[in-house]
Amino acid sequence: MELLVASAIGVLTATGLYLVFRMRSFPVILGISLLTYAVNVFLFASGRLAVGAPPILDKTADLTYADPLPQALVLTAIVISFGMTAVVVMIALGAYLGGDDDTVNDAVQDDTTAKEDAA
Amino acid sequence: MTHWIVLPVLLPALVAPFIVLAARYHIGIQRVFSVAGVLMLIAIAAGLAWQASDGTITLYQLGDWAAPFGIVLVGDRLSTIMVLLTAVLGLMVLLYAIGSGWDEKGRHFHALFQFQLMGIMGAFLTGDLFNLFVFFEVLLIASYGLMIHSGGNTRLRAGVQYVLFNLIGSTLFLFALGAIYAETGTLNMADLAQRVTLIDPSETVGIRVAAVLLLLVFAIKAALVPLHFWLPSSYAEAPGPVAALFAIMTKVGAYAIIRVYTMVFPPELEATAGLHGAWLLPAALISLAIGAIGVLAARKLDRLVTFAVIGSMGMVMVTISLFTPQSIAAALYYIIHSTLAAAALFLIADMVRSGRTDLRLVPMPAVAGAVLTAALFFIAAIAMTGLPPLSGFLGKLLVLDASFATTAMSWVFAVVLLSSLVNVVGFSRAGSILFWKSKSVERPADDPLPAAPATLSYVAVGGLIALLAVHTAFAGPIHGYMTTTSAQLFAPEPYISTVLETPGKLSTPTEGQ
Repeated sequence: MELLVASAIGVLTATGLYLVFRMRSFPVILGISLLTYAVNVFLFASGRLAVGAPPILDKTADLTYADPLPQALVLTAIVISFGMTAVVVMIALGAYLGGDDDTVNDAVQDDTTAKEDAA
Repeated sequence: MTHWIVLPVLLPALVAPFIVLAARYHIGIQRVFSVAGVLMLIAIAAGLAWQASDGTITLYQLGDWAAPFGIVLVGDRLSTIMVLLTAVLGLMVLLYAIGSGWDEKGRHFHALFQFQLMGIMGAFLTGDLFNLFVFFEVLLIASYGLMIHSGGNTRLRAGVQYVLFNLIGSTLFLFALGAIYAETGTLNMADLAQRVTLIDPSETVGIRVAAVLLLLVFAIKAALVPLHFWLPSSYAEAPGPVAALFAIMTKVGAYAIIRVYTMVFPPELEATAGLHGAWLLPAALISLAIGAIGVLAARKLDRLVTFAVIGSMGMVMVTISLFTPQSIAAALYYIIHSTLAAAALFLIADMVRSGRTDLRLVPMPAVAGAVLTAALFFIAAIAMTGLPPLSGFLGKLLVLDASFATTAMSWVFAVVLLSSLVNVVGFSRAGSILFWKSKSVERPADDPLPAAPATLSYVAVGGLIALLAVHTAFAGPIHGYMTTTSAQLFAPEPYISTVLETPGKLSTPTEGQ
C-alpha cells in the first residue's frame, strides 16, 4: 500500500515535471495538472494511510479512523487547482490564437529593436 | 470580541461582487465604489495599526472555533502595518488607474482590483498556513485577470508565463504544507511553533525538507534569484497601475518569510538552524547584483524598473537573512520604502509610455508634460537607487548598520555599495536618454503632440513621492516603531499564547450526547 502510493506520487511528479520542461503550453498545462494530482495524493498521505476507515471518531467503539483534515485540504486544493487550470487554458489559448505560437519562453528580441539599439 | 480585524478581508470581498453585479456597465459608479472601498480600508487599517501599536495582539476566531481547530486571523504590529501599507498603496494606484483611463481599457478592472486587495489583506492577517495558501491563490487569481487587463498579444504571452510559474509555485506550496502536516499534525502557525520544538532531534529530516520547501515557495513570491524569472516580463508587460500594485506582492513573500522564520522556524531552532545564512544570504546578494546588472543592461524603461524591483527585493532579503532583531527592523523600514518607490517608478514609466510609441531607451520627440514627468522620475530614481536625501539612502544605511557586526559584513558592504553605484549609472543613463536627449529630436510636422497625462495621474504619483518624503522625514519614529515590531517578532510567546489560549468553541465529543 505504502509502496503503491509513494511510487504513484513519484511517477506523477516525474511525468509532470518532464512535461513542464517541454516549454510548450499544452504539455506544460498537462504537466501541471499531473503535478496537482501528485500533490493531492501526497496531501492524502500526509494524514497517514487508512483503508476503509471513516473520517469520524467513534466514542462507543475503538475503531481506527482516517484523519479528516487532509481530506478537507485536498478538497480545497482540487477546487483551486481546477479553477487555476481553467484560467491558464483560456489565457494560453488567447496567446496562441493571437500570436500563432505556443512556446512559453520569452519572445526573441525583435530584430528592428536590436538594430536601432546598436545604431 | 471585536470584528474589525476581519473587515480588511470582508470589505473588498463585498465591494467586488457589488461592482460586478450592480454596476457592471457604469464605470462612474464602479469608480466611486472602488475609491470609497479603499478609503474605508485605509481608515480600518489605520485603526487596526493604532490598536496594535501598543503591542496588543488581536485575535479573531472565524466562526468562534478555537485554534488550532478553527482558522484564526491575527493582528500584531507587523501584519497591521503591512495592511495599512497595502491600503494606502491601493488608493494611489486606483487614483492613477482612474486618471490615466486604464480602468476603461478592459472589463472588470475595479472588481479584480478589490479581489486582489482582499487576497493581500488576508495573506497578511491570517494565522494559519493553509489559509495563507488560500489567500495566496485569491490574490494570484485576481492578479491573473489584472495582468492581462486590456489584452494584447505580448501581454497575454507574458500572462501565460506568469500564471504557469505561479501554478508550479502553488503546487510546491501544497507539497510543503503536506510535509508539515505529516510531521506535526497541525497547520496553525502558533501551534506549529510549539510542536516543531518537540520533534525528536534524530528525526528532523521531514521537517527540514518542509522548511526548505516553504522557503522556496516564499522565495518564488519574493522573486529571489534564481527564482525570479517570472518577474521581469510579467511586471513589464502588465498595465502600469497593475505593475504598481504588484509592487506589494513581492513583499508578501518577504512578509511570509519574516513571519514563518521568526515564529515557526526561528534561527535558534536546532533542526533548521543555518538555513538562512547558508542559502538565503548568498541568493539575496546575487539578486542584488543581478538587479543592478539588469538595470544597467535594460533596453526598455519598464524592464529597467522590474530589475530595480529585483534588486530592491535582494536588499530586503539580504537584511532579512541576517536574522537579528536589528536587521529585521531595517528590512521592515526598507520594505515600506521599496514598495512606495517601485510603485511610483512603474506609474512614471506608464506616464512616459503614454507620450511615446514604446519604452525603448532611445531619444524620441519631447512630449507634453515631460518636465513634470522628468522631475518625478528624477525624485523616484533618487529614492530607488538610495541616494541622499530620500528614504532609500536611510534604508541602505540601516541595512549596512545591521550587517556591521556580522561575519558576512564584507560581502554585504561590497555588494550593496557596488550595486548602488551601478544602479545610479543605469538610472541616470535612462533618465538622460528619455528626457534630455528628447530635446535634440525634432517632432515630425505631421505628428500631433500627444496629450499630457491627466492631473489625477500626477496627483497619484505625487502622493507616492510625498509618502516617500514623509517616510524620510519621520524616519526616526518609523524606525523606532519597526524596532518594537521586530522585538515583538523575536518574542513570539504572547502571540502563541493569545492564539492558543483564547477560549472558543471546541468540538468536545461529549457534546450533544
